[in-house]
Amino acid sequence: MNTDVINPEQGNRKFLAKLEEREVDVQACYQCGRCSAGCPITEFFDITTMEAVRLAAYGMEDILLRSKTIWLCAACETCATRCPNDIDIAVLMDVLRELALRKGVEPAEPRVAAFHSSFLGSIEHWGRAYEIGLIAAFKIRSGDYTGDMNLGMKMFSKGKLSLMPHSVKGKQEIKKIFSGKGKEYER
Amino acid sequence: MKLSYYPGCSLQGTALDYDKSVREFCSLVGVELVEIPDWNCCGASSAHMTRHEVGMRLPMRNLLLAAELGLDILVPCAACFQRLKAAEKSLREAPEYWDVERYQGNCRIIHISTFLASQAINEAIQQRISNLLKGMKLGCYYGCLSLRHPKITGVSNFEQPESLETIVRYVGAEPVPWSHRTECCSGSLTMARPDIARRLVGDLVEAAVRAGADALVTDCPMCQVNVESRQMDMAGGPRLPVYFVTELINAALTGDYPAKQKRLHLVDAGVLSAVMQENHRSREETV
Ligand code: SF4
Ligand code: SF4
Repeated sequence: MNTDVINPEQGNRKFLAKLEEREVDVQACYQCGRCSAGCPITEFFDITTMEAVRLAAYGMEDILLRSKTIWLCAACETCATRCPNDIDIAVLMDVLRELALRKGVEPAEPRVAAFHSSFLGSIEHWGRAYEIGLIAAFKIRSGDYTGDMNLGMKMFSKGKLSLMPHSVKGKQEIKKIFSGKGKEYER
Repeated sequence: MKLSYYPGCSLQGTALDYDKSVREFCSLVGVELVEIPDWNCCGASSAHMTRHEVGMRLPMRNLLLAAELGLDILVPCAACFQRLKAAEKSLREAPEYWDVERYQGNCRIIHISTFLASQAINEAIQQRISNLLKGMKLGCYYGCLSLRHPKITGVSNFEQPESLETIVRYVGAEPVPWSHRTECCSGSLTMARPDIARRLVGDLVEAAVRAGADALVTDCPMCQVNVESRQMDMAGGPRLPVYFVTELINAALTGDYPAKQKRLHLVDAGVLSAVMQENHRSREETV
């Protein structure tokens, strides 16, 4: 049973300020439901897109950070393009995922989080995505060693997965990008 | 015409043949491509989804490299296109925020289908075409990222785009009207949640089959691999191959669809060869 109390008076002000800074005007929502109606993943969500916007307007960061929704959102941007109030819901989802990771909130969909960190790990290291390395990293992080094995072998035999990583020369620049000046979150 | 070229990571891996076909097409019609030297991954989609700053700075590095070439930038990948456009917008509005002194940004970022659907390219195609793909019924599949968000992509008819249909008509094939042209295939979830991807791909393939499509055609490398691969383990087996748009055009231009290329598909891609043979035969009969 859901025991979360929704109390706007205890809304997280910092979170609301963050959304304002990213120009996501969650307060403009009048709950027409158009965002949820067009969301391709909605049947897999635990909080619908429209509910997520409303919870955000109340500042209910914790509930959102613990949700499956933020991880299952595919960033297709259908919701954001259709919102009659021009609320950038896809950016809301980006902000929530980033906050969840920064605050060390255990992802409700660990496989998805594992994919993102494997992918970024590959880019941080090589400057370009290295598919076999990323698949291996994902398998280790997710503990799923057998999933998509046939597919992987097929792709490999068709020469569509390169054994060798493609590395950039400007690795130092890439490192710097990842070390981040943390501008947005720290200053 | 001379353009900068940003292939992106997919085109060095699962969509290697897309890269080849883009380059081949450009050389066939006399467009010179200059690959952006030492380009890096644009970060799509994990970077912008989980680390905004990294997600902006990665494509910015590419834009700054491209600015040195001073040419418009051709981008075949929908995700890369969207990230480069997002970075460009932010660089223009607030270069100092990103520690860039100034960004002139004279280089336009051109998505492949905008480029292919142009009148100049149409003329170049008509001059050289050797085998019209007459009779081939195609479901044009755009997916998400070359269209949305329009404030980033600059696309005006993002709910009812037409570039792929236009291109398909250039080579004599018939685009079928159908429902799922701009639906998401959940490519970004395909590895972590194949069950969701299977569901979405199943729905859209089903819709294309109902509309009478023999195959799908796309300009997105992630859609191409996701929509083909997630059909593999579907009940009843795979239904529709997904062609890259340049793969189709090249076949029409050269009159040849190499067996080597056909074999790179995960789903049987024989329908293109069959259509070409049929058109070849009926032309010989009329001569
Ligand atoms: S579409 Fe916009 S206004 Fe309507 S419910 Fe969703 S967020 Fe609110
Ligand atoms: S961006 Fe996320 S929430 Fe919005 S429609 Fe797409 S999957 Fe749903």
